[in-house]
Amino acid sequence: MKFAVIVFPGSNCDVDMFHAIGDELGEEVEYVWHDTESLAEYDGILLPGGFSYGDYLRTGAIARFSKVMKEVVKAAEAGKPVLGVCNGFQILLEAGLLPGAMRRNESLSFICKPVQLKIETNRTMFTADYEQGQSISIPVAHGEGNYYCDEETLAELKANNQIVFTYQQNPNGSLEDIAGIVNEKGNVLGMMPHPERAVDELLGSADGLKLFQSIVKTWREAHVVNA
Amino acid sequence: MYKVKVFVTLRESVLDPQGKAVTQSLHALNYKEVTDVRIGKYMELTVEKSERNIDEVINEICTRLLANPVIEDYRYEVEECVFL
Repeated sequence: MKFAVIVFPGSNCDVDMFHAIGDELGEEVEYVWHDTESLAEYDGILLPGGFSYGDYLRTGAIARFSKVMKEVVKAAEAGKPVLGVCNGFQILLEAGLLPGAMRRNESLSFICKPVQLKIETNRTMFTADYEQGQSISIPVAHGEGNYYCDEETLAELKANNQIVFTYQQNPNGSLEDIAGIVNEKGNVLGMMPHPERAVDELLGSADGLKLFQSIVKTWREAHVVNA
Repeated sequence: MYKVKVFVTLRESVLDPQGKAVTQSLHALNYKEVTDVRIGKYMELTVEKSERNIDEVINEICTRLLANPVIEDYRYEVEECVFL
C-alpha cells in the first residue's frame, strides 16, 4: 500500500507520520508537496499536524485552498482512506470533508500531554484492529482542539456512528468529549490526538500503531487477492 | 475603489473562551458593569470596481474564506473612495 504524506508550509508532524508508515509498518510512503496536481498513484492520504500557513486567519483556513486539496477531495470521493491528524483534522473541517469546526481550547492554553481515548467504534477502516470500547493512550498537542458542531450535526454523527474516539478526561472543552470523527462514508478520519507519535513503547506508547495497521489490513482485504 | 471593513465574530450560540477570560479580567479590575466581551477579527480590504456588484463579491469572500459560517458571523461596511 502506498501512502502520501501531504506537506504544507508549516507542517511539523510530517516526519513522524512518514516514520510511522515507512519504518514501523514497512509500507511505501512519500512526502507530497501542497502544490502537487495528482494523488492518483497513492492508496492512502495522510494530512499531518503542524501550523500550516502559521494558522493565519483560522487553523487550516489557508491550507484548505492549496492545489493539492482538490486532489484530496477526489481521493475522498473515490473511497481512499484519508487521515487528518491535529492540523490535518482542522484542514479537513475547513475543507468541508468533515462536519463542524474547531474553537480555541477552553483553558486558552496549548495542551501537550498523553490522554486516554476510548474507541467508540471499531467498525471503521481506521479502528478495525482495536477492541470496541478499548482505552488507548495517545498524546495531544494543540491550542485549538475544542470541537464544535450544531445539534443537528451532532445527532447525525451519533446516528451514523461517526464519533470514533472520545476523551476519557476532556482536555479542551470539546463537544461531547469528541476527539475524532469519520465522514458518513467512513473513509475520512479527523482526530486531534497524534497516533503517529505513539507507535513505539520507546515513545511512551505504541497504541497508535493499530490505527495504521487497521488501514493497511482493510485495504489489503479489499485490494489484494489472497491477502 | 472601495475600502471594505469586515468584522468577524464567533456566533452568539458559540462560547467564546477568549471573551470569557477578558470579561473575568475586567471584573478583577472592578469594571463590574461589563457583562460580556466577544472577541473577533477586523479586516480592511481594498477592492477595485468590477462588473460584479460589490455586496455580492464581499459576501462571497466572507463565506468562502474570511469567516467560517459554522462558528462565525460577519458584517461589513463599504466605503467608496477616490485615490488621487
